[in-house]
Amino acid sequence: MGEINSGGGEAQVGMSKFDEMYASFLNWARKWSLFQYPFVTACCGMEFMSVMGPRYDLARFGAEVPPGSPRQCDLLWVVGTISQRQAPILKQIYDQMTDPKWVLAFGTCACTGGFYDNYATVPGVDKVIPVDIYVPGCPPRPEAVLDGLILLQQKITNHNRIPATVPPRELPPLTAMRK
Amino acid sequence: MSKSVLDRLKAVFKERILETNDFRGDEEARVAPEDWLQIATFLRDDAETEMNFYTDLTAVDYLEREPKEPRFDVILMVRSLAKNHRIRIKTRVGVDQELDSLVSVWRGADWSEREVYDMFGIRFKNHPDLRRILLYDEFEGYPLRKDYPIEKTQPLVPYRDVEGIEIVPPFGPDEGKPWNRIDWLERTNGRDLHVSPSLGIQQGQRSCLSQLDERNSGEE
Repeated sequence: MGEINSGGGEAQVGMSKFDEMYASFLNWARKWSLFQYPFVTACCGMEFMSVMGPRYDLARFGAEVPPGSPRQCDLLWVVGTISQRQAPILKQIYDQMTDPKWVLAFGTCACTGGFYDNYATVPGVDKVIPVDIYVPGCPPRPEAVLDGLILLQQKITNHNRIPATVPPRELPPLTAMRK
Repeated sequence: MSKSVLDRLKAVFKERILETNDFRGDEEARVAPEDWLQIATFLRDDAETEMNFYTDLTAVDYLEREPKEPRFDVILMVRSLAKNHRIRIKTRVGVDQELDSLVSVWRGADWSEREVYDMFGIRFKNHPDLRRILLYDEFEGYPLRKDYPIEKTQPLVPYRDVEGIEIVPPFGPDEGKPWNRIDWLERTNGRDLHVSPSLGIQQGQRSCLSQLDERNSGEE
């Protein structure tokens, strides 16, 4: 408790018992009703559709509503490569969102720029806007995205704004490629 | 592929076709930049060539070529849907040299020429609207020129005012970087002690190799 947070709902030193309970209730409500703004720019969007679809079903986590306006959203999905030319748009959309807001970088390009190490691409959206959750993968499996969302929910519960990456679930079975 | 296009060009323009190549039916001719528009118009209008389908126009920067100037190759690719043949026309253009625009011949050349201007800075004479097409107006220089610094970026939005913005937490010293800044040789050789364990596990790199080594040594 007491870590950096924004937009109210966080527990602060010197809060009364009631305020603390109210803050945790507010965060409980927030974590189950994340209104999302998908900023989809590249091929990761296909995987994002799969996450949204019935097989993986983001609605189970209360995060299925895309209101269409960033002003009504509190979770920004940056899905795909962000070019330098696009960065002002992303920044503007982030600035339009109301506090409290969270950002999830979806895929390697959004996290670090990926293999687009060139004049045209932003080397990770965290250069422009603060990111809460990094989901690596090219593209990430839908399971990894769900892990990211669950991680974000845990962070909201714990009033935790420290950025985190989604850890790998397990290593794939190894096969000998050289003798 | 028939050789009729090259033969026809050579018959009509004779020594103005500077160089030809038809390796495995892939026909190619080099012309002088002064003849560029005339030959393109001929290719479209002549009954025997009838190049009615504009494919692409692009350029290559030969920085190391001798002589140094003219430095760029501009390449035009057209094909004929009626006659089912194609040809590639090349010309050499210097840094400060202008080339005739082909928009009057094929409308489709418009955006290709803008792209070549955007990436290489080659200017086209009589182009209706020659400005950047993919990059932004604030961009300085031409990124596909070989002398453009490979790591130079020109951000439109200033990066966040955070300490160590190059690698923002939670990334370790070797994480959060684009791939080719990672020293893969060091990593695969096992001298990657500075790699944070999470990324190593994530990529399966170290553990795969070390486990295989253990397995191999066990078999022997």
